[in-house]
Amino acid sequence: MTQDHALQGSEFHGGPRVPGAGTASGTVLPGPAHDGADEPVQLIDRHGVRHAHEHYDGLVADVDGAELRKLYEDMVVVRRIDAEATALQRQGELALWPPLLGQEAAQIGSGRALREDDFVFSSYRENAVAYCRGVDLTDLLRVWRGNASSGWDPYTINMATPQVIIGAQTLHATGYAMGILQDGDDAVAVTYFGDGATSQGDVNEAMVFAASYQAPVVFFCQNNHWAISEPVGLQAHVPIARRAPGFGIPSVRVDGNDVLACLAVTREALARARSGGGPTFIEAVTYRMGPHTTADDPKRYRDANELEDWASRDPLARLATLLDSLGLLDADYTDAVKATADAIAADLRQGCLSMPEPEPTDVFKHVYSAPNSWLDRQQDHYERYLASFEQAPQEGSR
Amino acid sequence: MTTTTPARVKEFRLPDLGEGLTESEIVQWHVAEGDTVELNQIIADVETAKAVVELPSPYAGTVLRLHEAAGTVVDVGAPIVSFEVAGEPGAAPAITPSVPPASAPTTASDEHAAPNPNPAMDSATDTDAATDAAPAKREPNLVGYGAAVEKSGRPQRRSRTRSVSVPETAAPAATPVTALEPPAGSSAQPPAERPRSTPPVRKLARDLGIALETLTGSGPEGLIVRDDVLSAVGGSPAELPALHSSALHSSVAASDSAEPTAGPTAGVTRTPIRGMRKHTAAAMVASAFTAPHVTEFLTIDVTPTMELLTGLKASRAFEGTRVTPLTIVAKALCIAVARNPTVNSSWDERAQEIVQYADVHLGIAAATPRGLLVPNIKAAQSLPLVELARSLGSLTETARAGKTPPADLTGGTISITNIGVFGIDAGTPILNPGEAAILAVGAVRSMPWEYQGAVALRSVMTLSLSFDHRLVDGEQGSRFLADIGTILRNPAMVLTMV
Repeated sequence: MTQDHALQGSEFHGGPRVPGAGTASGTVLPGPAHDGADEPVQLIDRHGVRHAHEHYDGLVADVDGAELRKLYEDMVVVRRIDAEATALQRQGELALWPPLLGQEAAQIGSGRALREDDFVFSSYRENAVAYCRGVDLTDLLRVWRGNASSGWDPYTINMATPQVIIGAQTLHATGYAMGILQDGDDAVAVTYFGDGATSQGDVNEAMVFAASYQAPVVFFCQNNHWAISEPVGLQAHVPIARRAPGFGIPSVRVDGNDVLACLAVTREALARARSGGGPTFIEAVTYRMGPHTTADDPKRYRDANELEDWASRDPLARLATLLDSLGLLDADYTDAVKATADAIAADLRQGCLSMPEPEPTDVFKHVYSAPNSWLDRQQDHYERYLASFEQAPQEGSR
Repeated sequence: MTTTTPARVKEFRLPDLGEGLTESEIVQWHVAEGDTVELNQIIADVETAKAVVELPSPYAGTVLRLHEAAGTVVDVGAPIVSFEVAGEPGAAPAITPSVPPASAPTTASDEHAAPNPNPAMDSATDTDAATDAAPAKREPNLVGYGAAVEKSGRPQRRSRTRSVSVPETAAPAATPVTALEPPAGSSAQPPAERPRSTPPVRKLARDLGIALETLTGSGPEGLIVRDDVLSAVGGSPAELPALHSSALHSSVAASDSAEPTAGPTAGVTRTPIRGMRKHTAAAMVASAFTAPHVTEFLTIDVTPTMELLTGLKASRAFEGTRVTPLTIVAKALCIAVARNPTVNSSWDERAQEIVQYADVHLGIAAATPRGLLVPNIKAAQSLPLVELARSLGSLTETARAGKTPPADLTGGTISITNIGVFGIDAGTPILNPGEAAILAVGAVRSMPWEYQGAVALRSVMTLSLSFDHRLVDGEQGSRFLADIGTILRNPAMVLTMV
């Protein structure tokens, strides 16, 4: 099976490949409308106007008013979570926090397209995706509070804990997707990374392997325009989405601030992967409106006008406008959404402040799944060393 | 250690707002004592070595006390606000408002440090980290680098908390504790390298107020062991009160601060030299004592320039644009530079070269709430007058708002300081480090002046030009100043000069 895929991969030379071709199951969707095209797919424009799209409308035909409202609520909630966590950092309760402000649509739109058994490999900024996966919000903060080496058991929500090494998670995703192939399953591995990560060798290697094995993996690149202080144009002289066809991976550029378009393109990519069509690369064009992390000051390297431009393309504002034009944004609804968001934020704060600090010996946990005599010995030594601190006051105050 | 007065007073200590910062400056308070605040309401702007950030209130309640004034540099971990918090029954013991706690020992050495002899060229990178960093080094201000190490003190550790109900209260109160044994040699001498010992022994020593430097280790290779510490205590007649880690610090703080400021005089305020002030001072000293300054003065009748301004203000092209005498002076300077390029150059001591600039990156000294900044207008000579006027307007506004992008604060080639706005006529400006000339523009005054063979009331202004005599000879400097004067005396003369 694997061998077949590798051979099939080699048959494609020149031009972006047509998904579905060369695979046994030809039940995939029509070819991507935007194979590396520069103009991003957009269903809701910056003014909140819904535009018809001959290819992608069909993929979100089920999204009615009630579903749009759910997407809106999701985005309000994750923005609130983000604001609360940022405040907690400023209050000394978290060591660091990577804000996602401005990227809500890209993360919610794609996150809500996933099936429960799909598996997410993300960077550290995909807190909205984690929210979609149902992460315990306290778990989301553990690492940033310095209370744990990792926040949760990946298998409980089918999402790996955030990868801090830039781009490394794309390899994990491709490897996982190759495993799915071996299992004959139809789940999909989805990996999230930024524009800066595309300069990493890991990401390029992951794409080579994904194409070679036609692995069911979706590369979801949030081009938020800034790799810390370096603008995207420095590393990408052509749109990033154009690179993928060079690897034999179909790609699509989507307006990352349009939640509906992000949902549509992700659904398409997932369907392709499930039906044996192999990997897809999605470039969601969005903008990091906040700092890289709370330890960064973007005012030092970027123009305030740019921020203003992107504020006018805010993902939440445009969906609110659309809902309003559909008569779905009444006060009752917005109040309820706000109350939900506030309650979640209060829980987040409570969870953060009441998080018990780890014991020094916690470092020995989760190293091996089975007992290990060498580790036990080290732990015993360490415990006796720690005990030697305790003797101090008694002897001193005799 | 704390009394049981009405509970619910919560203290907010300055957190490490970046990664590995040791101090931050409170730029501005947004609340006053007695104000009611909501959770996450912005209470202050704080400037770290990395960023100016907004501090959201960690509590809903009333501001009882602001421990530090705006403009103060505060150590991470020092209390900055006390809140009276509604609800949350009796969890937190009261805070006894007292002297700001043990922040002194760590800052002391910092303040005594000699001023940086090599100020960076960009006179306006306005952080302490920038001040202390050597100019050649790239300032680490982004993620993962941490701030430049400035302190000789040990890193402050946040107290460990177990749950919400007992937060910061676990931190030691700042009650000074009498040292059992004053550490020897605690005066001006730099501390010797810390003697070898193990962490448990170091903790014991700290708890008991024993400076390891005063001990001789009896362990292998001079290692200080538990018994060495305990025997040092043994000689002390005092009973051992419940000590905690602040004991040593407090005692050092007490002795340190007592000596230099003994007998404080009423009416004298001592302000630590820090931040912008420290940086500006170092830059001025470096400039004044490396570049031999020559200053020349020229007093001229600028009535035609004032008439030109009236005309410009009325013209459609300049509608909504602020044009001032400074606008014309800036333009005149650019024209004069083209005729006397040596004033637009730089002395590169290290390379033993004179750097001549083709573009005029015109610096404008701006008094901002945070101190003196000299943002510059790039390639000012290429700007039409209307754009120059707009750039001048936005430049100073941006600088006062503290929003000048770093690029605009570096790379200046020549500067103007507008002392006229303060009603001053003339002075001897000090060169912006690295530049060869600076022009001070005096106030425009109505004065009796010779005009067409008689005395008339005319608009008169004095220009003061300082230049670096290593680069610019008297002749070149004089011609440059005279050219500017010629233009201001009669703007039409530009026709003969370009």
